[in-house]
Amino acid sequence: MTVTAAFFYLFATITVASGFMVIASRNPVQSVLFLILAFVNAAGLFLLMGAEFLAMILVIVYVGAVAVLFLFVVMMLDVDFAALRQGFLQYLPIGGLIGLILLLELILVVGTYTIDPGLVRSPAVPIPAADVMTNTEAIGQVLYTRYFYFFQAAGLILLVAMIGAIVLTLRERVGVRRQDITKQNARTQETAVEVRKVPFRQGI
Amino acid sequence: MEFGDILLAVAIMLGKSLLMLVALLIFIAYALYADRKVWAAVQLRRGPNVVGPWGLLQSFADLLKFVLKEPVIPAPANKGMFLLAPLVMCTLSLAAWAVIPLNAGWAIADINVGILYIFAISSLGVYGVIMGGWASNSKYPFLGALRSAAQMVSYEVSIGFVIVTVLMCAGTLNLSAIVESQNTRLGILGWYWLPLFPMFVVFFISAMAETNRPPFDLPEAESELVAGYMVEYSSTPYLLFMLGEYVAIMTMCALGTILFLGGWLSPIPFAPFTWVPGVIWFVLKASFLFILIAMVKALVPRYRYDQLMRLGWKVFLPLSLAMVVIVAAVLMATGNAPGVR
Repeated sequence: MTVTAAFFYLFATITVASGFMVIASRNPVQSVLFLILAFVNAAGLFLLMGAEFLAMILVIVYVGAVAVLFLFVVMMLDVDFAALRQGFLQYLPIGGLIGLILLLELILVVGTYTIDPGLVRSPAVPIPAADVMTNTEAIGQVLYTRYFYFFQAAGLILLVAMIGAIVLTLRERVGVRRQDITKQNARTQETAVEVRKVPFRQGI
Repeated sequence: MEFGDILLAVAIMLGKSLLMLVALLIFIAYALYADRKVWAAVQLRRGPNVVGPWGLLQSFADLLKFVLKEPVIPAPANKGMFLLAPLVMCTLSLAAWAVIPLNAGWAIADINVGILYIFAISSLGVYGVIMGGWASNSKYPFLGALRSAAQMVSYEVSIGFVIVTVLMCAGTLNLSAIVESQNTRLGILGWYWLPLFPMFVVFFISAMAETNRPPFDLPEAESELVAGYMVEYSSTPYLLFMLGEYVAIMTMCALGTILFLGGWLSPIPFAPFTWVPGVIWFVLKASFLFILIAMVKALVPRYRYDQLMRLGWKVFLPLSLAMVVIVAAVLMATGNAPGVR
């Protein structure tokens, strides 16, 4: 167990430290890279708890896709650091207030957190031992049955967000020549090439 | 557990990893040689034929040359990240080999979520490219990095769906179990390449796009971006980039072997063929996929960037999504779905 504890403290320390560096580092690109480090170490923490499926999904979704897009955007932006720091004191009260509210909410949630006593007494699905069922299978068993509507709702929310993003950025510009693949593939020798006999000294 | 036991376990693990690493790197050296020979043969050239008999030692000569050259770090580059990027690329692509089973029970770590691990690791490969392109602080590398980010995220989606269809047939995320699920009396006809043939094609093409392999090597397109994200790199850092790229290609070949070509299984499931060690079949199948990829490099011209994006999002994504639904429906209708109670 000592090895597990050592790894827990290693991952936990790096997670917290890199979380701090996300807001502390001057360069936004470095911030995103520290965010990625925090994600990877959080995945390590999941692994220690035996939640290997969640750990891998965290890496695939957040590190492999979301953070790449973050990095993509941050690298494209031309951030003016002087302008960023100008309004710091001016916005400090509002930012502090929001931070305080979030902190209070977190304390309320974490402080009063208990497992539903009804769940412990008579679980709807008997909880199998870890060596009988892998946790991927266990998640699948409840996700598509018991929590099906929540799962569908989450999917719908993501779909709406995606459609919204597409609608916001889609614009039809006139005068742009576009490639139409089907039209290109439909071309044959007859429609593409015209062979003519050109009379001498007359042209077409 | 006693402290001595832990130490012993760690030592055994290190030994296994080292063995795998050395074998893999030697194999990569000859894969590189084969790549160049295939390319040369298609273009009616001889290819490398000077160092050693038939040029067999060419890759090792190249290694020495890279290591002995002077590494140049451009003055405006972000030095730490500039040197970190090739390391990230190389380490990540080598890390994927920890879970690949070369034979029954031969994986260094036979984990439950092996396929997800490989998928996660291969999707992280893009960071080496992005960091290298950004840290170089120069125009062409940056453009290459941006292209790479968009390209790899796009093709991951279709690779993900390909993996999902195979998982639905196999009913497990463990790589060894996926291979075992293809172990039928039909031999080569029982492997997933036949029932899932469209997905095999999608996987093959997406694998090339995911590893920045020609005809999808737009991040390093030498005719427009000089060498893309690798412009500023020289010597060992460049070597690490190139090595990482080839290891990633080999990983994709191994993954294709496991998912579609039955891993270490013999293609003809009776006596004289089943006596051949599984690892030989595995290497032969992975090499077959690699030769195919090498041929594509020689035969197909580079895609244009908008064509690449169109292929990923408008052709492969709907196709693979439809296949997921079709395969699931067929499995449920015929009652063959594994793990459904």
